[in-house]
Amino acid sequence: MYVAVKGGEAAIEASRALLAASRRGDRTLPQIEVAQIEQQLGLAVDRVMGEASLYDRELAALAIKQAQGDLQEAAFLLRAFRTTLPRFGASLPIDTARMTIARRISAIYKDLPGGQVLGPTVDYTHRLLDFSLITNEEPPCAPSAEAPLDADMPRATAALEAEGLLTSEPDDGRTPPDLTREPLMFPASRAVRLQALARGDEGFLLAMGYSTQRGYGSTHPFAAEIRYGTVAVEIVPEELGFPIEIGDITVTECQMVNQFKGSKTEPPQFTRGYGLVFGHAERRAMGMALVDRALQARELGEDVVAPAQDEEFVLSHADHVEASGFVQHLKLPHYVDFQSELELIRSLRAEAAARAETALKAAE
Amino acid sequence: MNTTSYTFAYLDEQTKREIRRALLKALAIPGHQVPFASREMPLARGWGTGGMQVTAAVIGRNDVLKVIDQGADDTTNAVSIRQFFSRVAGVRTTTRTEEATLIQTRHRIPETPLRPGQIMVYQVPQPEPLWRLEPSRAETRRLHALAEYGIMHVKLYEDIAQHGRITLAYDYPVLVHGRYVMAPSPIPAFDNPKLHRSPAIHLFGAGREKRIYAVPPYTDVISLAFEDHPFRPWKAEAACALCGSTESYLDEILIDDRGTRRYICSDTDWCERRRTRGKTA
Repeated sequence: MYVAVKGGEAAIEASRALLAASRRGDRTLPQIEVAQIEQQLGLAVDRVMGEASLYDRELAALAIKQAQGDLQEAAFLLRAFRTTLPRFGASLPIDTARMTIARRISAIYKDLPGGQVLGPTVDYTHRLLDFSLITNEEPPCAPSAEAPLDADMPRATAALEAEGLLTSEPDDGRTPPDLTREPLMFPASRAVRLQALARGDEGFLLAMGYSTQRGYGSTHPFAAEIRYGTVAVEIVPEELGFPIEIGDITVTECQMVNQFKGSKTEPPQFTRGYGLVFGHAERRAMGMALVDRALQARELGEDVVAPAQDEEFVLSHADHVEASGFVQHLKLPHYVDFQSELELIRSLRAEAAARAETALKAAE
Repeated sequence: MNTTSYTFAYLDEQTKREIRRALLKALAIPGHQVPFASREMPLARGWGTGGMQVTAAVIGRNDVLKVIDQGADDTTNAVSIRQFFSRVAGVRTTTRTEEATLIQTRHRIPETPLRPGQIMVYQVPQPEPLWRLEPSRAETRRLHALAEYGIMHVKLYEDIAQHGRITLAYDYPVLVHGRYVMAPSPIPAFDNPKLHRSPAIHLFGAGREKRIYAVPPYTDVISLAFEDHPFRPWKAEAACALCGSTESYLDEILIDDRGTRRYICSDTDWCERRRTRGKTA
């Protein structure tokens, strides 16, 4: 009896070995290479890097392999690695206006400087299973454009800003807070909110953004621009005193513009919801932009009535590493507390029964 | 895990320093929740990441660590956390309460009285005692600042009005040093009196909620109650089937599917030590 309810080190070791065996699967099949995951499951790698807040394609691919393709678990693994890394500096802000574009579309203009660049997207595919992938047929080579893209690819929002129709987002010069080094406190600044959303669970961002489209905190959004490509990361080493490039990262940026009828202090204009995420992740960037705009309700003097507008609700529940951990901690033993609840329920029932009996006797 | 690539006790020194600063503040303001930038740990949130960070911040090479969950040293998560610190800090571990200098716990305080110099580290799922009454942490922070605990007293009063008694059995709120209402973590109410004027240091770490709080030695910790409805810690009215103890907190073990039950000590160390001294049921 004593052994039956206890875990024990041997059982835990055996469980770990079983996990490793189940990860390996059928040993007659070759193991997946981490490099294959990185190359051929690139969107999974992008999601894991985004939710882990760590840009490292190889380690993200390793995490996906280790987590047997469970992307939330993979993001957790990568975060637990990230937390041990020393900080030796902060990069300069990346400039997405200088992005090497792989894809750039705007839904608010038919055409615009630089043009609509479709790039790689599933948007115009028919979602039919491609059985040729079972037999590993090589796809045809992708065509290349006759001319290179315009070097100058201004953001679609630039014209609106120039005309004063879109709120400007001036740099107040303050060092942005770091959500991973300071606790989340409310009310949260927009910088903190954007950080929390950038690493938030993609499903949660999507659902929250979607809810604003269905009337729970409507923001009248237009996808002003979505761009995806590579940007240079620059740092200023103290001993040099000028910026140097340390590498390129791929990011997806989404700018939503939203109708705003104006307030006592602000003229009618468009407001902006902003999404910026690692890798190619348009669903994630768009969800983030919708939620970012919804969370500006308080600052814009709108009524905070919907879940997506409630920053404490959204930011406290966006992180799936926290959510998954806490939901699954219910698997841990709780029998001590349950025992005290059991005693409580039994004594409440006994007292209620005694009261009923007394009442019955009094009635007789 | 390749331990050589990690620092002593896993967390980097800056992070440990930051947590120690939060701990010092927490000890200086007993029962007050100090926000801290909780780090990701290689264990899931809700599985003791707060307690682990506190332990990592205070543990030294000469410490002797005991880890319990539900009072037992051999429950799965206690084993997992003990193995973790053996690996990343290489410290000596024990199951004996009096041997330990540092005890990380989930849901229990050992039956063996604690002594001066010992540190208890609690894993805390929900540091905010008012959360069921007011979900906004911005608002509860204000209520704590003003010592405005009316909603809690009304809740306890309503319990008595409806059920004839306070219907909290665990994580039973306490008033610390006459100032802050504090969640003692989900220990059974039976354990609350052990906190009152305890000679040990009690540190509480809530990793997911990013809060640290503390009860310094010899501090008043009073379970909330009313004069005419005094606090009553409960336990099963039985004796341990193994060691015969009647004063320890008991777990209920189902023997068959007809409701036959036996009770055993939840504190496995306490139970084993009694049996080695010749006590039986």
